Amino acid sequence: MIMPGLKKPGAGAGLIALLIILPLLTDSGFAITVMSQAGVAIIFALAFNMLLGQGGMLSFGHAVYFGLAGYVTAHVMNGMANEDLPYMPVTLIPIVGGIAGLFFGILIGFVSTRRAGTAFAMISLGFAELATALTLIIVFFFNGEEGVQTDRWIREEWFGITYGPDIQVYYLIAVWCVIAAIAMYALTRTPFGRISNAVRDNPERVQFIGYNTHRVRWLAFSLSSFFAGLAGALHAVNIEHIGFETVGLGQSGVILIMVYIGGTGNFAGPILGAILITLLNSYLSDITPAWYLYLGLIFVLMVMFAPGGLAGLIMMHDPIRRVRPRLLLTMLPSYAIASGATLVALAGIIGLIEMIYFLSTTVTRDTAMVLYGIALNAADFWPWLICAALGAAGGYGCARAYPRMAETYNSAMHEARATVAS
Amino acid sequence: MTNAIELSGVEKSFGPTEIIRGLDLAIAEGEIHAIIGPNGAGKSTLFNLVTGRYRVSRGRIALNGEDITNRSPFQINRKGLARSFQVTNIFARMSVYENVRCGALWNLGYGYSFWQFVARRRDLKERTEMVLEQTGLMSRRGVPAGLLSYSDQRALEIAVTIAGGASVVMLDEPTSGMSHAETEQAVALIREISATRTMVIVEHDMGVVFDLADRISVLVYGKIIATGTPEEIRSNTKVQEAYLGTEAS
Repeated sequence: MIMPGLKKPGAGAGLIALLIILPLLTDSGFAITVMSQAGVAIIFALAFNMLLGQGGMLSFGHAVYFGLAGYVTAHVMNGMANEDLPYMPVTLIPIVGGIAGLFFGILIGFVSTRRAGTAFAMISLGFAELATALTLIIVFFFNGEEGVQTDRWIREEWFGITYGPDIQVYYLIAVWCVIAAIAMYALTRTPFGRISNAVRDNPERVQFIGYNTHRVRWLAFSLSSFFAGLAGALHAVNIEHIGFETVGLGQSGVILIMVYIGGTGNFAGPILGAILITLLNSYLSDITPAWYLYLGLIFVLMVMFAPGGLAGLIMMHDPIRRVRPRLLLTMLPSYAIASGATLVALAGIIGLIEMIYFLSTTVTRDTAMVLYGIALNAADFWPWLICAALGAAGGYGCARAYPRMAETYNSAMHEARATVAS
Repeated sequence: MTNAIELSGVEKSFGPTEIIRGLDLAIAEGEIHAIIGPNGAGKSTLFNLVTGRYRVSRGRIALNGEDITNRSPFQINRKGLARSFQVTNIFARMSVYENVRCGALWNLGYGYSFWQFVARRRDLKERTEMVLEQTGLMSRRGVPAGLLSYSDQRALEIAVTIAGGASVVMLDEPTSGMSHAETEQAVALIREISATRTMVIVEHDMGVVFDLADRISVLVYGKIIATGTPEEIRSNTKVQEAYLGTEAS
């Protein structure tokens, strides 16, 4: 299917090819698990952006539909395994999750989408708390803090697929990720997608062109919940367990951070954010226990200095690329200097944080630690001085380099505009 | 002939403050009807009552003979009444083309559909391009609406308003803040689009009002004190005393 507005179907085909080849490049089970998690996160992030980026609804509780759909999926799989429920291929089980998400989205969305803006955000927060509490109260369904265990290997399916090996689950997630991404992209090109954007930009005006804004928000919310549910089902299949934390504020917060860091204004933004945060979460959490602190810092810095997210940063160069691509080369030195200064500053600041964290959490009196692969003693003066000096020098470098980088960008944009005008 | 808009005994209060006080008004189908009055007379409130933005405290409003009292704005719009706003009210992040296309979606029956692509709908394309041609915005169709000049944004405001094919169009101060040349262009546009519609205009520029209107109603302190042709209004002593003063005499 070639969709109107999809300017580069070749790029899409390339990405699909990458999804197929990627797991073949590694024999690490951990890497495949991380890729599977990234696939789930991409679907969930795109679903969340249907609300935030496309519809202007900031939800603090969208994990409710992700998690509840995960529980329903786990129970359905267990029911199929016990032959209490008729069998359906696990390949199609994400549809069950999607329908569960849609059901809860229609139900809760009818109430929450009656309000927009801050009121909507607060209502979503309330429902997230409510759902978390219910998971611990309704034990027969949610099984309290233990959650629900399931087994994805029910019986052999088409072409001998059992979903026992992780790689088969990866491809299941990859296929659904592509289907969901295409469907969500297509939605942006429909009358509903356009009116959803219009409600985001100017809800009052939309009422005077014939649309019930509550109905538009409710529909966006319900469809978004369908895809969140689909992601929740794949999550349950992937890790064969679903717990109360999946419906909670933590999960909702992570998806919000992913989407915001990736960028809400561009369809690719949430995909970028989902991949980046999943990778950082998987790899950095092994390296440093202060990982959440760094995630918080990245989020704050993005909101302050790049509210358009990573996709926004990339797309702001698109007019230059289209008109005078060679200008991008002339911008590289100033960008490289700014990046270098940032790295130096980060090296210093991260070093200080790691040493503080180490000293405040160590249970023995041993102050020897390893930082950046270098053995050092956190009780010594020199590591602190070096890190502080790096932080200060990097900070000074950033203060000098960033205005120059902005100047270079503005000048390139000016030249690009002049080219268009002539 | 049925009146396009008919208000009978309409009242509107905000708390103890009465803004519209027992207003009766009939606007005939196909006419350009201007509503004038001093600041605070209730002109914008009257617009907001007819278009469903505010609820009526008492009285009845009919559109083409059908009761629309206290209906929602979108319900009233679906019955064939569209409005523009005194302060430009467009979709600033969307392109000019998308703004106009959004205005046409409901009327062409697309509703909330999420199974068809807007770019492939020929009727939508034709309606959008026709309105862009009519309002002189075709050359700026790809420009984000927020980047348009003020007069172009006012033209876009009108384009979004008429894109839905409404039979009754209410324009709230369509030439406010415009230069003389821009006002002339706007008047020409309003005259052109009024050929097939009933138009109701609130306007402060008396030159525009007397140039455009078939009939004028004068609103003072929430009541219509006179309705008539521009000549009748010009020679009405009550109007001269209450509003126009020496300017009209």
